[in-house]
Amino acid sequence: MTSETPAALAKAAERPRPALSMSTGRAGDRIFAGLSRGSGLVILAIMAAIAVFLVWKAIPALQDDKANFLTSQEWNPDGAPAKFGIAQLVFGTLMTSVLALVMAVPVAVGIALFITYYAPRRLAGVMAYLVDLLAAVPSIVYGLWGLNFLVTKMTGVSGFLNSYFGWIPLFGGSETGGRTILTAAIVLAIMILPIISAITREVFVQVPHAHVEAALALGATRWEMIRMSVLPFGRSGMVSAAMLGLGRALGETIAVAMVLSTTAGIDWHILKDGGNTFAANIANTFAMSGPTGRSALIASGLVLFVITLLVNVGARAVVARRKEFS
Amino acid sequence: MAKRIEVSGLHAYYGGTHAIEDISMTIEPRSVTAFIGPSGCGKSTFLRTLNRMHEVIPGARVEGKVMLDDEDLYDSSVDPVAVRRVVGMVFQRPNPFPTMSIYDNVAAGLKLNGVRGKRRLDEIVEESLRGANLWNEVKDRLGKPGAGLSGGQQQRLCIARAIAVQPQVLLMDEPCSALDPISTLAIEDLIGKLKSQYTIVIVTHNMQQAARVSDRTAFFNIAGTGKPGKLIEIDDTSKIFTNPEQKGTEDYITGRFG
Repeated sequence: MTSETPAALAKAAERPRPALSMSTGRAGDRIFAGLSRGSGLVILAIMAAIAVFLVWKAIPALQDDKANFLTSQEWNPDGAPAKFGIAQLVFGTLMTSVLALVMAVPVAVGIALFITYYAPRRLAGVMAYLVDLLAAVPSIVYGLWGLNFLVTKMTGVSGFLNSYFGWIPLFGGSETGGRTILTAAIVLAIMILPIISAITREVFVQVPHAHVEAALALGATRWEMIRMSVLPFGRSGMVSAAMLGLGRALGETIAVAMVLSTTAGIDWHILKDGGNTFAANIANTFAMSGPTGRSALIASGLVLFVITLLVNVGARAVVARRKEFS
Repeated sequence: MAKRIEVSGLHAYYGGTHAIEDISMTIEPRSVTAFIGPSGCGKSTFLRTLNRMHEVIPGARVEGKVMLDDEDLYDSSVDPVAVRRVVGMVFQRPNPFPTMSIYDNVAAGLKLNGVRGKRRLDEIVEESLRGANLWNEVKDRLGKPGAGLSGGQQQRLCIARAIAVQPQVLLMDEPCSALDPISTLAIEDLIGKLKSQYTIVIVTHNMQQAARVSDRTAFFNIAGTGKPGKLIEIDDTSKIFTNPEQKGTEDYITGRFG
């Protein structure tokens, strides 16, 4: 081997070398940079166009509004005088989404932990695939399932919760039903489960092996190891996953529109038929609205746009903060 | 509290790969035993069988006996979690828990063992940090993250964490390979101090280090790629480095390898 090395080195030295002045593939570089810069600008332009469109179309209705747009619970933009406000829509949207989040996050984290740290490898692959498949089910199918199956079952569940847990304010009240905020929240929870679970799973997989072994070598059981190493590492990832799930729940339209039987006004009793959300209100009433009505719906859409934007910005901020630690 | 380890007929596997073959040795209490040998010869794998960390890797398994005084670590009634509480381990790269403070890192194992009460924890944390020669450097910033220390300090923090639970054996897997010479010296001094209380086993690639810190040295080797690692010989360190029994050992320590 020693005799071959000088010969090989000499051969390598003879190979032609590119001159420093020779530029290789500059044109390709420039084209690619232009294309990617263009794509980036298109996104900004689309965002701006949506915002401008919403504001532009919303202004006429907002000028006609005889009620307080932010605090009124009424939605009667085509009446004379036009009176409408978003208070109950904000309430219904946040209530269904937050309830969905409260139900979905523990289950999603549990699924992610099971897949990454408990399940045998083959089962884990199948489970991960099934959870991802949940994300591919169209929301109209969730709506149909919610309306035709879950609503009938939830009538009984609501009655049960009301009679035994009625002392909890949210479960109180004198009426119960199936087409409730709670039912909508359950459908939403199932819909946001896959995204939360997929992102947390990804974070859990990235937990450095050294941290896992550090805990195990101290004599931690598997659950103690998860508490010492996995959850602290994954905390910000879980927060951003939950925020992305929240963003999806806030904007979900058709499944909620099908499940809820919309009524006017804010009602804290989530076992009672009724409630309304921004997206469901738009889907249910857009077709039969007059010009002011449509403009008013667009104004409500603008508010939803701002809320989801804030949630996503919040999620990004959490993710960005995490970078400082890694 | 230090215990004798007696290994007989030990084999370890990764899935279908036979990693180490038929190892038997006795490791005396209150002594330092060094494992040396080329990369891939199975010394780290063997070390990890001594506290049942080997089986943490999916598909890994062990055959044979490891007696800790009169208990077989691989008896079916033995809980691996309980084994790891009496056989502590320090890894190649310092691995303090990144989200925990210096204090919480040392207290982590104590909390697992059900030690409660602030005063008791304070006492043991101080004692362990003193034991790891780190107390004077960190006593004013116990609440700061452990990840903010230098590499050598982090490694001593990991040693403090390991000795806080008062193990009977301390395993060290190349504890200085990621450290500079000054930090290495600090760790070596510490090993010399710790051996009065613990049975210490250290894997090292640095033969001077093995010669400096250990009482006994074991040489491992492999016949070729894909073949299992074997114990070639184990003897007093002075004998291994001056007059080894086996030709392979002599070739390795004198640098005439392969």
